[in-house]
Amino acid sequence: MSVFCEVPQAAPVAVFKLTQDFNNDQFPKKVNLGVGAYRTDEGQPWILPVVKKVEKIIVHDDRLNHEYLPILGLPEFRSSASKIALGDDSPAILENRVGAVQCLGGTGALKMGAEFLRRFYNGNNNTKTPVYVSAPTWENHNAVFANAGFEDVRPYKYWDAEKRGLDLAGFLGDLESCPEHSIFVLHACAHNPTGTDPTQEQWELIAEVMMRRKLFVFFDSAYQGFASGSLEKDAWAVRYFVSMGFEMFCAQSFSKNFGLYNERVGNLTVVARDADNLKRVLSQMEKIVRTTWSNPPAQGARIVATTLNSPELFIEWKDNVKTMADRVLLMRAQLKAKLQALGTPGTWDHITEQIGMFSFTGLNPKQVEYMVKEKHIYLMASGRINMCGLTTKNIDYVAESIHEAVTTVQ
Amino acid sequence: MSIFSDVPQAPPVAVFKLTADFREDSHPQKVNLGVGAYRTDDSQPWVLPVVKKVERLIVEDDSLNHEYLPILGLPEFRSASSKVALGDDSPAIKGNRVGGVQALGGTGALRIGAEFLRRWYNGTNNTATPVYVSAPTWENHNAVFADAGFKDIRPYHYWDAAKRGLDLAGLLDDLEKAPEHSIFVLHACAHNPTGTDPTQEEWKKIAEIMKRRKLFVFFDSAYQGFASGSLDKDAWAIRFFVSEGFELFVAQSFSKNFGLYNERVGNLTVVAQDNENLTRILSQMEKIVRTTWSNPPSQGARIVSKTLNCPELFAEWKGNVKTMADRVLLMRDQLKSKLQALGTPGTWDHITQQIGMFSFTGLNPKQVEYMIKEKHVYLMASGRINMCGLTTKNIDYVAQSIHEAVTKVQ
Repeated sequence: MSVFCEVPQAAPVAVFKLTQDFNNDQFPKKVNLGVGAYRTDEGQPWILPVVKKVEKIIVHDDRLNHEYLPILGLPEFRSSASKIALGDDSPAILENRVGAVQCLGGTGALKMGAEFLRRFYNGNNNTKTPVYVSAPTWENHNAVFANAGFEDVRPYKYWDAEKRGLDLAGFLGDLESCPEHSIFVLHACAHNPTGTDPTQEQWELIAEVMMRRKLFVFFDSAYQGFASGSLEKDAWAVRYFVSMGFEMFCAQSFSKNFGLYNERVGNLTVVARDADNLKRVLSQMEKIVRTTWSNPPAQGARIVATTLNSPELFIEWKDNVKTMADRVLLMRAQLKAKLQALGTPGTWDHITEQIGMFSFTGLNPKQVEYMVKEKHIYLMASGRINMCGLTTKNIDYVAESIHEAVTTVQ
Repeated sequence: MSIFSDVPQAPPVAVFKLTADFREDSHPQKVNLGVGAYRTDDSQPWVLPVVKKVERLIVEDDSLNHEYLPILGLPEFRSASSKVALGDDSPAIKGNRVGGVQALGGTGALRIGAEFLRRWYNGTNNTATPVYVSAPTWENHNAVFADAGFKDIRPYHYWDAAKRGLDLAGLLDDLEKAPEHSIFVLHACAHNPTGTDPTQEEWKKIAEIMKRRKLFVFFDSAYQGFASGSLDKDAWAIRFFVSEGFELFVAQSFSKNFGLYNERVGNLTVVAQDNENLTRILSQMEKIVRTTWSNPPSQGARIVSKTLNCPELFAEWKGNVKTMADRVLLMRDQLKSKLQALGTPGTWDHITQQIGMFSFTGLNPKQVEYMIKEKHVYLMASGRINMCGLTTKNIDYVAQSIHEAVTKVQ
């Protein structure tokens, strides 16, 4: 008799199951529009040239060793990562009230922030503080906060399926009616999965309500640079909130914009009222890190730090990022054009209006099932597609398949 | 007014504070016998030659990319790691009832194991199950299990200060008296901080009681190979328990034996009754990993995996490990000789009887304070020294200082 005989089988994570099914599929024209990783026009993973270059520099640098990093991570990584989010000339940084915790990707940054807030925000160990995540949102947000101990994770209105855009009125309504001090997880840009971001004016409205009602701002920034091709543009919302005087967290991921998915490079940027508050916050972050991973992994942080802190490499990186962003924009433009040329019922403007890696196609679950089963095109049940999965070679097949799904399946 | 104004300042982790104080000390003869990392006879960190070699192979390998690893980690790393712990010819491995979760160092492996047990062991979400850790133990054990949700963490008798050895009677008694199903954290070898391990006969007695009383076996294995120079010798206890039919966890760290401290290379080996139970366990492990770090970092796991899976590199690695273990043994030998030659009061056999990186000197807190303040020799308040901090250049000064501390300070 096993001590584990009562342990139930957990359901697989949907997006990985999708890729697994894709991998097992023998159909020659199969297409994977599921998991969010960049692909080249040949459908291949892409190691950024600047990353390859820096990895060689690192391996030949005999001054480097493998001694433990500080608990909060590589200092030059933390500072340059926060600068990327907030801007080189950020007054908050100049005022010494910005700190950071090097974390295991965006997930790790969210986790650390959540664990801290559960212990120290809105009273001690207040697990009842509501945490709001967008409807819909990245499938892991809810679980990260729940596992950090928060008992009340709720949706805020976000996606308007009718008009295929932001439900601003609903969103603002939730901000007005939620309990004070509630925590809100905001997508800094390139909302996952809808690709629909608030405009600058809309962000200003959101910020006004949040400031007035004392709501906590927790940005998730996984696509800076990747969304529009411009680091500054993609960080506008984060910087605006900082300029409005919010104390806030920003969970940054370098998985996508550095293509360093498997080295787990993330940063939790903390903006506090002043250096003294920051110091105390970081001291408690250390305690949380210590019992989770002790101190973070060096390789990915070294690659990013070396790149961000060297003017030439930084320029090369921005260029690599623009390469990726431009290819995505091209695929958006082409997919829309092809659907319009096919006369596929409905409007397809949202494909080019949405931003970042993902598009919420508007396909319903039956239509998605048709795509997966009949056409061997793999996308999420929500209708979300990863634009990076499109290439000049498969885009016609995908467009035709969407056309068939929309016209033959209700 | 900051929302963080009530956040208290956390005290620093003792061992890192010690190193920080050491760094600031400008005394020319200062010695750091604090934090547990290997040092050469020149007091330098050591990047293992085999690691350097494999890092170069990896950077030149164009077949590798940075796509996300599976949630449970690099498959070839997981299997090779579990083999190192359990033995190539392990019947349990052949019986397909052994799995691994690639984790962030030993800390990460302990944490994931603890999170799993808190959710699924001894009932569902049973936070009241007692967790026993040795008295004394690694300073982070208690906090890892507490942060995983366990409410009742207790010491088990281990170190007998009077006789400077294992308090076997006390240990066995605690095993007899512990509530059934209690969890016990056992050090596989090279006990931290005492350097005192049970003999094979003593392990057999421990195992007999644990089986009879249905206690859960959770090994912490951070020094395999590093302790005696032999991988098999250092894994004897683990393999014995497996052969006795226990379902158990082993948190493995490759920080020390690969010198890969900052790449966070660990593995939680799970030994279950059969493959069916194992499958369900691993599925739940995935859920826990997903909300903590999503999937683990690649670099360190690739280095270890490549090394363990290649006969020539494996042999080279074992040579490197023996180099480290032998230097530690030499320092133990020399320190004891010098103390005996100085006629330092007390017996010093424990220095060569203890095993691994650490020695529990027996110095009391006042004597430790003397060592630090007057002699600039930094060690933990418990009297624990890291043998790796000793070199042929500083050993006379250290022996002399211990002699002074013991003779002048009561």
